[in-house]
Amino acid sequence: MTTRAVETWTLEPLVKFVKEAGARLVLVMTSAGQVLAQHGFSRAVDVMSAAALGAAIMASTDEMARQLRQPPFAALNHQGERHGIFLAGLATGRGRLVALVVYDLDVSSLGLVQLFFEQLAAELQAASPKDSVPKQVLAADFERQLSDSLNTLFGR
Amino acid sequence: MTAPAAAYDKALDLITRVRGVRGAMLVSAEDGIVVAEQLMEGIKGPAVSALAASLATRLRRAMEAAGVGASLFWHLQAEHGALLVVPTPGGTLVVAVAEPDVNVGLVRLELLRAAEVVG
Repeated sequence: MTTRAVETWTLEPLVKFVKEAGARLVLVMTSAGQVLAQHGFSRAVDVMSAAALGAAIMASTDEMARQLRQPPFAALNHQGERHGIFLAGLATGRGRLVALVVYDLDVSSLGLVQLFFEQLAAELQAASPKDSVPKQVLAADFERQLSDSLNTLFGR
Repeated sequence: MTAPAAAYDKALDLITRVRGVRGAMLVSAEDGIVVAEQLMEGIKGPAVSALAASLATRLRRAMEAAGVGASLFWHLQAEHGALLVVPTPGGTLVVAVAEPDVNVGLVRLELLRAAEVVG
């Protein structure tokens, strides 16, 4: 399984997290769904779908929290028969990021993912470029940027 | 029938009353999440629970592979303390964190009593 990053500062913390938490698939992305790093995905189309769905879920829960006049929910966990999906936001110098983690219940657990996610969040915070203003993705550039990111993530 | 939270607290209370016990927890074996805890300051409950549950899963597989049945009690002795665990049939781990010179027999007895309460 390979771990690849569009923004290299995300790579080391992500590799460590995958190893310690026993995660099967991981995406680190912006809240708009722009992928910064991935582990375990073999097809670009899966990354695009997972990023879009993960960002949409985060946007929905953020809005629910806003309507309840609460700060955004910290994390969300869906547990199935064989896999769990953990989705959480984290603050970095690059702005608020979202991590989507898929784990096998045979290999890992929600407790392990939560435990090592805290470390991942701290390490990404420490490694992120300081005072960087997140670039706004314009519609005109979107497809080119997406294509560049996917090329990097899949080593093309 | 699920035991009420007060019964869980009482069971943990009996474990932590044993001299040398620094904390006790009920942990969901499947997801490694703390169900109830009574811990001294400095013990990282979520970390102990997640890692103990992970260890329990691996031990269960080892026991199955060895054909010796389910584990009933484990005692991990370390330089500065010990971890003692009784898994319950309902999928909960009763965990005690103790000093290295704790009376293991007494802690085991209280863990087994707590496991009966939790079920």
